[in-house]
Amino acid sequence: MTARTFAAALAASAALLLPVTRPGELAAQDLAIVGATVHPVSGPPIEGATVIVRDGLIAAVGIDVPVPAENFPVFDGRGKVVTPGFFDAGTQIGLVEIGLERTTVDSRVEGDPVSASFDVVDGFNPNSTLIPINRLGGVTTTMALPTGGLIAGQGALIDLEGETVEAMLVKPRAAMAASFGPGAAAATGGARGAASLRLREVLEDARYWASHREAYDRGEVRPLSVSRLDLQALQPVLAGEIPLVVQVDRASDILAVLRIAEEYGVRPVIRRGTEAWMVAEQLAGRNVPVIVKPLTSLPDGFDRLGARFDNAAILHEAGVAVAVSSFQSHRAHNIGLEAGNAIRFGLPWEAALRAVTLTPAEIYGVADRYGSIEAGKVGNLVVWSGDPFELSSRAEEVIIRGVPVPRASRQLELLERYRTLDGGQPPAYRGDGDRAPGGS
Amino acid sequence: MTGRRRPFRASALAAVAMALVLDFGLGATPTWANTPQDAASTASDAGEIADLLHGQRNGAWKSAYRPLASRPTLIRGATIMTAAGEEIEGGDLFMQGGRIFEVGRNLDVPAGTEVIDGSGRFVTPGIIDTHSHLGVSPSPSISSTSDTNESTDPNTAEVWAMHSVWPQDPGFTRALAAGVTTLQILPGSANLIGGRGITLKTVPGRTVQQMMFPAAPMALKMACGENPKRVYGQGRQRSPRTRMGNMAGYREAFIEAERYRRKWDAWIEGGMKEEAAGSEDSEDAGGARRSGGRPERDLAKETLAEVLRGNIFVHNHCYRADEMAQMLDLALEFGFRIRSFHHAIEAYKLRDLLARDTVAASMWVDWWGFKLEAYDAVPENIALVSEAGAPAILHTDSDMGIQVMNQDAARAMYAGRAAGIDIGRDEALRWITANPAWALGLADRVGTLQPGKNADLVIWSGDPFSVYSRADQVFIDGALIYDRSRSDIQPTTDFELGILPSSGGGGDR
Repeated sequence: MTARTFAAALAASAALLLPVTRPGELAAQDLAIVGATVHPVSGPPIEGATVIVRDGLIAAVGIDVPVPAENFPVFDGRGKVVTPGFFDAGTQIGLVEIGLERTTVDSRVEGDPVSASFDVVDGFNPNSTLIPINRLGGVTTTMALPTGGLIAGQGALIDLEGETVEAMLVKPRAAMAASFGPGAAAATGGARGAASLRLREVLEDARYWASHREAYDRGEVRPLSVSRLDLQALQPVLAGEIPLVVQVDRASDILAVLRIAEEYGVRPVIRRGTEAWMVAEQLAGRNVPVIVKPLTSLPDGFDRLGARFDNAAILHEAGVAVAVSSFQSHRAHNIGLEAGNAIRFGLPWEAALRAVTLTPAEIYGVADRYGSIEAGKVGNLVVWSGDPFELSSRAEEVIIRGVPVPRASRQLELLERYRTLDGGQPPAYRGDGDRAPGGS
Repeated sequence: MTGRRRPFRASALAAVAMALVLDFGLGATPTWANTPQDAASTASDAGEIADLLHGQRNGAWKSAYRPLASRPTLIRGATIMTAAGEEIEGGDLFMQGGRIFEVGRNLDVPAGTEVIDGSGRFVTPGIIDTHSHLGVSPSPSISSTSDTNESTDPNTAEVWAMHSVWPQDPGFTRALAAGVTTLQILPGSANLIGGRGITLKTVPGRTVQQMMFPAAPMALKMACGENPKRVYGQGRQRSPRTRMGNMAGYREAFIEAERYRRKWDAWIEGGMKEEAAGSEDSEDAGGARRSGGRPERDLAKETLAEVLRGNIFVHNHCYRADEMAQMLDLALEFGFRIRSFHHAIEAYKLRDLLARDTVAASMWVDWWGFKLEAYDAVPENIALVSEAGAPAILHTDSDMGIQVMNQDAARAMYAGRAAGIDIGRDEALRWITANPAWALGLADRVGTLQPGKNADLVIWSGDPFSVYSRADQVFIDGALIYDRSRSDIQPTTDFELGILPSSGGGGDR
């Protein structure tokens, strides 16, 4: 049995979905899901609904929606749950293959704590094994976010399907990543005040440069603290066009970020925000979203003493826009597990679904195309066997831009190879020989 | 001395030192008032000889755990998941005297029994983790609390994890609140031979001795693969630099240990003759006295000799199938058993051998890719190993993972089922209860809900295999240790007192 037929058998045994054509054979990005419980996120759930996708975009959703043509690919959604594809607001998928193998890690620039001009796109690996593994778990879109230092660089929004990074890009340079707290302090001289000073200096210089570009090019301006490329990269941040996504935990550090952001007209997003619940009112009052990791409960650093499981619930209750992220790359598919645990500790179910779909889309300014099931939006959908957050549920079909992704990954190939140990021939003879070195 | 097992006998100096460390001034007779004697010269019974060889002479380093007060308690009308083959709906469980007394339906219980309404709720054995670093890599995770890796030599068989455990690690209370009742604390994996592990209960204690699972076998932590060769070969330009260097390191250590074991065993068999005091300088190079007197102790070899005698269980960090096979040969060469491989990412590739030799695999459900030896993980690993009949264990190595072991077991079960591997609920529950109990040598006392077992159990708000369920109550030896609805039965650590503004207390920590 080849990998693909085995995978198909797996899919068939796990799912009762009966597409007219197999995934991968669809020429057009057209399909219909009929009879499912659809959670549009933008509105209340619809029982027995039909979703129509044409040319990769959602064309219609509702109860009395006709399937356009007789030969239109139709998925039987009866007994299934359909949500938008999960949208992880920050991973390093495509930027890391093996964590400890530095040659496969392209998410961070070492040396300078300020690398605003660093753009992840050219280092993005569309053939990363992390992509199929994570999308089969229901993640369809991710912010590929740089890490480290004080200002880490620019992240790109990626759909987890495509042969090249261009094909996968949703929006390049969609966010500026930064951090504040002990890490940033260590990178800038060992005190939080040094980190804030450096951050202000960089923003100040970027603002100055914007109004002195010609003089700068003539070499007639005062010395600036960072390179021309960094100054340029920071312009969309100063203009409020893209958010400054700041990884920060301590309540007072979050307030410091809010202060600096206000001084420079920057739009901050708090990432991780372990103690964000302690400043929930300030965050709500300034409309600052928080990207949380719900499975956080330990005071494992002196900036994280206030860790608690119900951070997301408290923030939501206070009116803060909450996104849930896996804070994982290899296991970004656990974003649903994280959201489920947020529900366990008090976040309403609907808010949890929004936290992994529409809210991250809003944070990165793509809510007109992503994050909900509405006509005109990109056809990123997941057909679940049940409650998408429940441990027993499987993502039975993952649809990206209207195309069901193949049920294939390196993990599935390993499983197939070792499903039995008594096959006579050594396991090395099983699986996808086409790709072996020297293979035909 | 609180909770010591036998009269304290040691040299006066040691007695004073230990009294300072261990005696909490609870009115005991000053230990230095006793006539000091050397235990070795008076070891008379088999137990004392065993303690001597084990490094617990004079009763030192033993558990001082005492169960908290308990009363006869009936859990009525719950779904009882026994981890012993049965799942009883509408079941009752009666515990008294710290033990499970009866499991069934419509039990008759004595008057005065505390009754807990279990309707809609589920009961499981207390969860057991074979691989934790709580207390040795505690929260807050900073350099002053980093006590897991004695990474100063590839063989540090002489260190004991119990000597690093900080009982005030908030991780212990979090694990308890998640239904974990027993956990093995291991040294890290920087070294080929990392030292001794210790099995604890998640009971609050001022000392590690008060948390120690009584008479639980100790562990030897060994590590294969990338970590030792990275730390020493790449980090320090010394052996091991390669995997073959790793193997040479283990073999040399066990050759020495075998020599040491023979020397001591011969001395015991020869009647444990002591030489007159002051003959220390008559040692030969091997540490034995020429006359055949008591051999000199060597902490590292003492531990490895106990492995060779089968009294210390080997717990072996080993990711790759081919390296597990190498370690099975190492064990064969020196005549010891490996109890469990840990982080056994590729156990599924070797599950026939694990089943053949009854070697457990402690595994994650879905960790992968953080280093090359973790590249071939499949989420069906645990199910495949279990299906093959080898002892399958879900372990964590994580202060967060230990708080969701029920969820991880469920995910591994459902991953297996999705691949057509028929895993029952009881079987999946055993991955976090009965099987780890076996790996820790405690299968006769914990890990299932059967009469006679310690009453270590969890009452869940719903199905423990649902993401939405929570541990409502946790019992250890029949005592209610944690109650989600009662803040007075939720232990907190000293560390967390007053570290946040008062409004920050409580809640779902």
